[in-house]
Amino acid sequence: MHCGMCLPTCPTYAETKNEKNSPRGRISLMRAIADGELDVSRAFADEMYYCLGCLACETACPAGVDYTGLFEASRAEIEAAEVLASPGRSFWRRVTLDFLFLHPRLFHFAARLLRFYQRTGLRKCVRGSGLLMLAPKRLRALEPLAPEISRRFSQQLIAPVERPRSGKPRFCVAMLTGCVQDVAFARLNRDTVEVLLANGCEVMTPRLQPCCGSLHAHNGELDQARVLARRNIDLYHLDSLDAIISNAGGCGSHLRKYGHLLKDDPDYAQKAKQWDDKLRDIHEWLAEIGFRKPSQDSAVPETNSVTYHESCHLCHGQKISREPRMILESLPGVDFVELPESNWCCGSAGIYNITQPEQSAKLQERKIRHIRGTRASAVAMANPGCHIQIEHGLAETGIVVTSPVSLLAEAYRRECRGDG
Amino acid sequence: MQADILQELEQALAPDRILTQKEDLLPYSFDGTAAMKSMPGCVVFPESAGEISACLKIAGARKIPVVTRGSGTGLSGGSVPVEDCIVLCLVRMDQIEEVDPRNLTLLAQTGVITKAIDDAAAEHGLFYPPDPGSMKISTIGGNVAENSGGLRGLKYGVTRDYVMGMEVVLADGEIAWFGNKCVKDVAGYSMRDLFIGSEGTLGIITKVLLKLLPRPQARRTMLATYDSMEDAARTVSAIIAAQIIPCSLEFLDQVTIRCVEDYAKIGLPTEVAALLLMETDGHPHVVAEEALQMAEIAGEHGAVDVHTARDEAEATRLASARRTAFSALARVKPTTILEDVTVPRDKLTEMVHFINEVAGRYSLHIGTFGHMGDGNLHPTFLTDERDRDEMEKVEKALDEIVARTIEVGGTITGEHGVGLAKKKYLAHQFSDPSLALLKKLKQTLDPANILNPGKIFD
Ligand SMILES: Cc1cc2nc3c(=O)[nH]c(=O)nc-3n(C[C@H](O)[C@H](O)[C@H](O)COP(=O)(O)OP(=O)(O)OC[C@H]3O[C@@H](n4cnc5c(N)ncnc54)[C@H](O)[C@@H]3O)c2cc1C
Ligand code: SF4
Repeated sequence: MHCGMCLPTCPTYAETKNEKNSPRGRISLMRAIADGELDVSRAFADEMYYCLGCLACETACPAGVDYTGLFEASRAEIEAAEVLASPGRSFWRRVTLDFLFLHPRLFHFAARLLRFYQRTGLRKCVRGSGLLMLAPKRLRALEPLAPEISRRFSQQLIAPVERPRSGKPRFCVAMLTGCVQDVAFARLNRDTVEVLLANGCEVMTPRLQPCCGSLHAHNGELDQARVLARRNIDLYHLDSLDAIISNAGGCGSHLRKYGHLLKDDPDYAQKAKQWDDKLRDIHEWLAEIGFRKPSQDSAVPETNSVTYHESCHLCHGQKISREPRMILESLPGVDFVELPESNWCCGSAGIYNITQPEQSAKLQERKIRHIRGTRASAVAMANPGCHIQIEHGLAETGIVVTSPVSLLAEAYRRECRGDG
Repeated sequence: MQADILQELEQALAPDRILTQKEDLLPYSFDGTAAMKSMPGCVVFPESAGEISACLKIAGARKIPVVTRGSGTGLSGGSVPVEDCIVLCLVRMDQIEEVDPRNLTLLAQTGVITKAIDDAAAEHGLFYPPDPGSMKISTIGGNVAENSGGLRGLKYGVTRDYVMGMEVVLADGEIAWFGNKCVKDVAGYSMRDLFIGSEGTLGIITKVLLKLLPRPQARRTMLATYDSMEDAARTVSAIIAAQIIPCSLEFLDQVTIRCVEDYAKIGLPTEVAALLLMETDGHPHVVAEEALQMAEIAGEHGAVDVHTARDEAEATRLASARRTAFSALARVKPTTILEDVTVPRDKLTEMVHFINEVAGRYSLHIGTFGHMGDGNLHPTFLTDERDRDEMEKVEKALDEIVARTIEVGGTITGEHGVGLAKKKYLAHQFSDPSLALLKKLKQTLDPANILNPGKIFD
């Protein structure tokens, strides 16, 4: 089937109107390679890295084409064929994929260094001195995009086991802290735990969790993604859990497909399937268990209208669209306004803003224009990549970037304090 | 493609609007039609009639075939390239130049997406009715070149009924204009009618002047379900016979319902044999009355249940789901060979029965949907192009369906065009001298035979 119904939802096709830059075009190239009509060429590789991997085409495709699978397999083939290999590229891939995102301790250490750089005046010094010009191009591009690292990481804010303050727990859940989320949005992780506790969940949060592997899978390193999936599964006694909670759209989308990733692994195939069955996005889980709506007197005065940006991997990857809105609509005193093109990619797309800065900037600009158009005082979203990208774009507008879960947690806190 | 030709094209356009690399060309080697593929020599993106004219002059001098393409959603192979041709892709000619609310017209370049036309009209409280299932991506140029229908064809007609004028680049590169904003105009031959439905074989349409209508004030959408397909067909014939002209009467059989529901998840009943999506629009009183009458007629003709959409959102969901029918059928099998036969509406029941009988006889898997109110059915064979035996059976079944269609006074294609897919059947429907006249026209307008050669007929 090549009906073209996916074309109008594809951000790169919208930009160029060139079929090669569309899902239908890319799939035709993949098929040509499979049929032996085309080699894994440089041009094909460039195209597959021009693709955002936003998966809007999956939502649009009536035929149910598994673009994620095709996309990941293609990037893996590209890496295996080494058509893009260059010393610089290989170096940075090794640093990030083989080291930082494979070893949580190393990752924490690097995050601490980054925080040191950001907080000690070193950054000002470096930026002012022009020293940055000496750094490799990629690092230079990365520097302003790096998230502000939290003072305390998730493990300092969340105990390994936390129980609801009152009553017997209704559910027992595991909380996945993520990598970037863990060090840059530890507050949001804390908020997630609080919301879970407030809704009768006992929360297990193992320390030093491995990365989920989505970055590896998306960048053609499927074997490493499998290693990480196994490590994650090994952390839990799955039978005793009612749900495994992810609060980052990008991670969740990958996490709930461990079954597919490990389907040929005799020791893990079954466990991975069980893992998938229990994996829930936080919004999905809250809706499923019928989360408690905050009482009227918890109205939040400062953010009086909020809009919602859908992270691609939450709405297209996981098909979760209604639930975050339900949460926002439940907030007393908060006016929820729809964002035009809410499910159009913001250009963050994993590390796309580093690899394809130009296209990324265009998408960011488009998103910001729509957000400003709503006149909302805050925009909520549920993915660290989007958060960083949009916060960057909104700098100096005064529009607050937040998440549905943080707003809900805040409303619960106001209830307790009675200062609504 | 020869380097000197490419060089000339680069001079006429700009180098960055010409694609020649294999990776760039492969995505243009097919359109929406199954199992048809051929590599172009290059793809160019003109931005004006002047540039198209220049391209045609270059092509004409060397007799290089030129295949015009909109969004490539055609279902008869119309924009499938001729080997080593120039593909003229018009999607960058996407400006709506004028909406004239005083004359109820809209002037647009032909690369504009169909839905954008109706959206622009809606901003003025106006309405562009033709709404093919592909409206979110098809171009208005493709619609005019195929004379596309849509879900609302029953009451509002097809694309042809809304074209008042057009700019056309002729095969020799001359730029002509036909038509105007007048409601009446009998000066000379109606040339625009010749280009409507000409499938890119007579000229390249670069602008269209479209007729708009006031937007209907109200609409009501209903879903009638049936235990047999024939009952649904009988309902349609009865509604027409009762002299009610609803805006749509769309049909889905069980296989199609299941595929659509699998995708859209809007709670369609998957256990029924068939359903009719019925819609009436217009003045609120008339809408209410017609809806009541239609529900009654459906009940009298075997409908198990008639459900009325609760609100606008549900009505839109139902219509959108219906639009995905063709693509959704690919959930069953990788290759979907779809028919476009159309019969007089009093022959619908007979035709539906015959299609199922043929599919059964050849043990083929089939899903049928279509614009039943227009007598236009899309029986779709669900198969795999790699399975040669089955593909042969599909061919035979198609031959039988087409033969019967012509026998009952129908047509081999209601809206998708002849292109490559229906070419072999054209001679069955036309006899000399009508077919000869078609060919003579083509020869007169395109003596060098460079415009989409080999489409419609050889
Ligand atoms: C999911 C789906 C649903 C569909 N539903 C319907 C439906 O309900 N009703 C219906 O009628 N069709 C339907 N179609 C078929 C198709 O969408 C229409 O034929 C549409 O008009 C094609 O538009 P396009 O821009 O994709 O044209 P293309 O496929 O690119 O071209 C179609 C033909 O028109 C010619 N052409 C294109 N532009 C021009 C121009 N400017 N000047 C001269 N010739 C030109 C091409 O050479 C080709 O022969 C559907 C297709 C799909 C995939
Ligand atoms: S990916 Fe899906 S929507 Fe896109 S062309 Fe293929 S079948 Fe159609």
